[in-house]
Amino acid sequence: MLNLTLKVWRQKGPKDAGQMVTYPAPGISPDMSFLEMLDVVNERMMEKDEEPIAFDHDCREGICGSCGTVVNGIAHGPRSATTACQLHMRSFKDGDTITVEPWRAKPFPVLKDLIVDRSAYDRIIAAGGFVSVNTGGCPDGNSLPIPKENAELSMDAAACIGCGACAAACPNASAMLFVSAKVSQLALLPQGQPERRDRVLKMVAQMDAEGFGGCTNIGECESACPKEIKLENIARLNRDFLVATVTKRPVTASQGGGA
Amino acid sequence: MELKSKLPSGPIETAWDRTRQELKLVNPSNKRKYSVIMVGSGLAGASGAATLAELGYQVKCFCYQDSPRRAHSISAQGGINGAKNYQNDGDSVWRLFYDTVKGGDFRAREANVHRLAEVSVNIIDQCVAQGVPFAREYGGTLANRSFGGAQVSRTFYARGQTGQQLLLGAYQSLERQIGIGAVQMYPRTEMLDVIVADGAARGIVTRDMVTGKIESHLADVVILATGGYANVFYLSTNAKGCNTTAIWRAHRRGAAFANPCYTQIHPTCIPVTGDHQSKLTLMSQSLRNDGRIWVPLKKGDKRPPGQIPENERDYYLERKYPSYGNLAPRDISSRAAKQCCDEGRGVGPTGLGVYLDFADAIGRLGENVIRERYGNLFEMYERITDENPYKIPMRIFPASHYVMGGLWVDYNLMSTIPGLHVLGEANFSDHGANRLGASALMQGLADGYFVIPYTIGDYLVNAKVKKIDASHPEVKKAEAEVTGRVKRLLSINGKRTPDSLHKELGKVIWEKCGMGRNAAGLKEALQRIPAIREEFWKNLKVLGSGDDLNVSLEKAGRVADFMEMAELLCIDALERDESCGAHFREEHQTPDGEALRNDEKFCHVAAWEWAGEGKTPILHKEPLTFESLHLTQRSYK
Ligand SMILES: Cc1cc2nc3c(=O)[nH]c(=O)nc-3n(C[C@H](O)[C@H](O)[C@H](O)COP(=O)(O)OP(=O)(O)OC[C@H]3O[C@@H](n4cnc5c(N)ncnc54)[C@H](O)[C@@H]3O)c2cc1C
Ligand code: FES
Repeated sequence: MLNLTLKVWRQKGPKDAGQMVTYPAPGISPDMSFLEMLDVVNERMMEKDEEPIAFDHDCREGICGSCGTVVNGIAHGPRSATTACQLHMRSFKDGDTITVEPWRAKPFPVLKDLIVDRSAYDRIIAAGGFVSVNTGGCPDGNSLPIPKENAELSMDAAACIGCGACAAACPNASAMLFVSAKVSQLALLPQGQPERRDRVLKMVAQMDAEGFGGCTNIGECESACPKEIKLENIARLNRDFLVATVTKRPVTASQGGGA
Repeated sequence: MELKSKLPSGPIETAWDRTRQELKLVNPSNKRKYSVIMVGSGLAGASGAATLAELGYQVKCFCYQDSPRRAHSISAQGGINGAKNYQNDGDSVWRLFYDTVKGGDFRAREANVHRLAEVSVNIIDQCVAQGVPFAREYGGTLANRSFGGAQVSRTFYARGQTGQQLLLGAYQSLERQIGIGAVQMYPRTEMLDVIVADGAARGIVTRDMVTGKIESHLADVVILATGGYANVFYLSTNAKGCNTTAIWRAHRRGAAFANPCYTQIHPTCIPVTGDHQSKLTLMSQSLRNDGRIWVPLKKGDKRPPGQIPENERDYYLERKYPSYGNLAPRDISSRAAKQCCDEGRGVGPTGLGVYLDFADAIGRLGENVIRERYGNLFEMYERITDENPYKIPMRIFPASHYVMGGLWVDYNLMSTIPGLHVLGEANFSDHGANRLGASALMQGLADGYFVIPYTIGDYLVNAKVKKIDASHPEVKKAEAEVTGRVKRLLSINGKRTPDSLHKELGKVIWEKCGMGRNAAGLKEALQRIPAIREEFWKNLKVLGSGDDLNVSLEKAGRVADFMEMAELLCIDALERDESCGAHFREEHQTPDGEALRNDEKFCHVAAWEWAGEGKTPILHKEPLTFESLHLTQRSYK
């Protein structure tokens, strides 16, 4: 069993200032996930009539992208390629003090404690992160052979879970890794070609409109990414963006809702 | 209550085509005059909302997560079935239809399943066109794998992340409609009631999970695509937020609940490690393509797996079911695992586990091939258990995973409340008493992309709904009830947290209404559930207020509904005095322990009507008739 000390960001609401609060966390099993450890701490707090620490989570399998906290200064914590929900307490030592904070990026305002608003990512997808096909009337799935290698590379990029760790880890709060993953996934497939240029311009315009910073190739995003999305995608985006800018009139961010 | 199933008559092969020709259409310029509420943004909800918006309807879509992309469908791993016969191995629409009806142990409607098999091929085409990166062969064509309960390879997949990729395809289509203003999206918004006015579903009452605001939304038609209730067991492979609230509240307003006792226990999940366990993790069934399941032959054999020689191992699925082997359907595989553990042959620290061993496959194909096929699942396993499955066999155990039961719907996917439609796992429609692997994704997308867009127009044209506004007394009444319930949850000021009560309930359901059920156990559960529910309403503790983001309050509301739903689950399990598919009544088994149906008495859908608080629900039966297939005893030997 581990006896730990937690320093957790507590913030009542979006307008509250917020502060770090220290909680003892004795008797933690190394088999617990990080979120189960927070569950245990929360249950104990509630017994003492203290409001539990609010955090986002759902699948607890590392795939929905809901969870996300900065653990000891690292987005999703110390274990590489691992979301907070899949981080297990055996990654910590008895006696450790662990700091737990929300994503820190201006386009992700804190709603409460560790929960932030990431709807900016949805609005970026709404601006152009899709193939414009309506339901029905699609050609046979095998009518369009796709080289296995392209399908695999496309899948590598498509593995993004939209958790926001990339922007949270970036000193510029850039969302380039997220945007480039979607741009790459679709640029690598024949289905993505008709809208390839438009897509990159619209998504980048929306990203800028949301207040994400520019990419200066620091690479923090790649090391924070729980799904190992590669910087190559950013290079691919940059190439597409350049081609698109010289061959097309620039577009402005779409007015669409997004969520 | 009358169950009008609207099933088409005549030859099954053309039934859906004929139905589509008969369904009334809404003229394109009139579609925008109709408004649709879609609750849920999983495969069923996102595909339905996007498609209806493309057709021109005004759509409002709701989900409880912060983004529609995070719906529970995202975690589906293994794949989606499609009767494409790309492998030239004898597949066809007919065979998928047959496998699904048989897999469901002849407790599903033939016409529904046939339609599902027909549109399965369109789903694959649709997803490919959206840019879903399905696995491919070197020649560039789509790859397939085989899945449980079938002898052909018809499962399409995207590594171990098929649900994610299909959902992102649907989500992107949805976002496209959101971007052009055709869908209004309400994330972090929980539906807490349905509004039924003048005899039809006309809206919902929601709580904004950030501000606490309780509000009603009105529309011409309401669709629920809110997923399944497997979390009634507390521990399950479902996402933590999966709940029964939407369908339970609809049930209380008049929607019949069908076959609640059909709950599926998945054979391959990572075993429980301790009391802190908050959920269980599935290891995709696709692993059974290459993994071999075994336990030691001898009871209490505590040697590490590597030291147990071949001739002291029992590959029990291969032994009992030689033609399907490790790919036997889920209900059968789960019960077989439980049986081994009950005999004292279970493995791991708790004795509740069996081995899933890849040594042979690695020897035959090499570690790289296995890594390519299942790499992400192996990593997930290692992260959770700290054991390397390339070297040591995985340990797995069955866990609650999926529910075949749900709101009763007619062939057009409408519930017994006019205007209330139900899609995806939330309805009961296509899987009978047991769902085959890779069929839930197929059903969710079939409902959303290819069924509801046709049937909803017919309802709107025939129903001629009149506009209503927020001053309608039923709207006020529903709002007041929701507000009252939230206040009540906050004012109990007892000692127990929502989670502790949920765990207590889940344990009773798992023990008495899990993999094996019997009359005595179910009767005991029916005594204990009301007591736990009473404790909940007397001794619940929810801190904080209703006016802001309050995670415990959200949980408490969901647990409150599980407390009621659980009782119906056990009532139905007791009433169905036969074994079929995943519903295994220990009193009814063949000499070698297989489920024994009673077609004379139970070849029907059990649809329950809410009779009021504290009253016994009323059972209605929809007889099932089999015209294309013969009712036979399932055999996977
Ligand atoms: C781990 C796992 C693996 C699986 N793998 C496979 C597989 O390989 N193949 C396969 O075919 N099936 C698989 N399944 C089953 C399949 O994933 C689900 O049955 C299916 O995705 C359900 O889709 P759905 O759209 O009906 O519901 P969900 O995806 O559960 O979506 C429900 C939606 O409703 C919303 N919602 C719920 N309640 C409310 C409320 N009260 N208010 C507002 N919104 C609400 C949620 O926010 C969400 O958007 C798997 C399931 C699990 C658990
Ligand atoms: S909770 Fe879904 S990724 Fe962590």
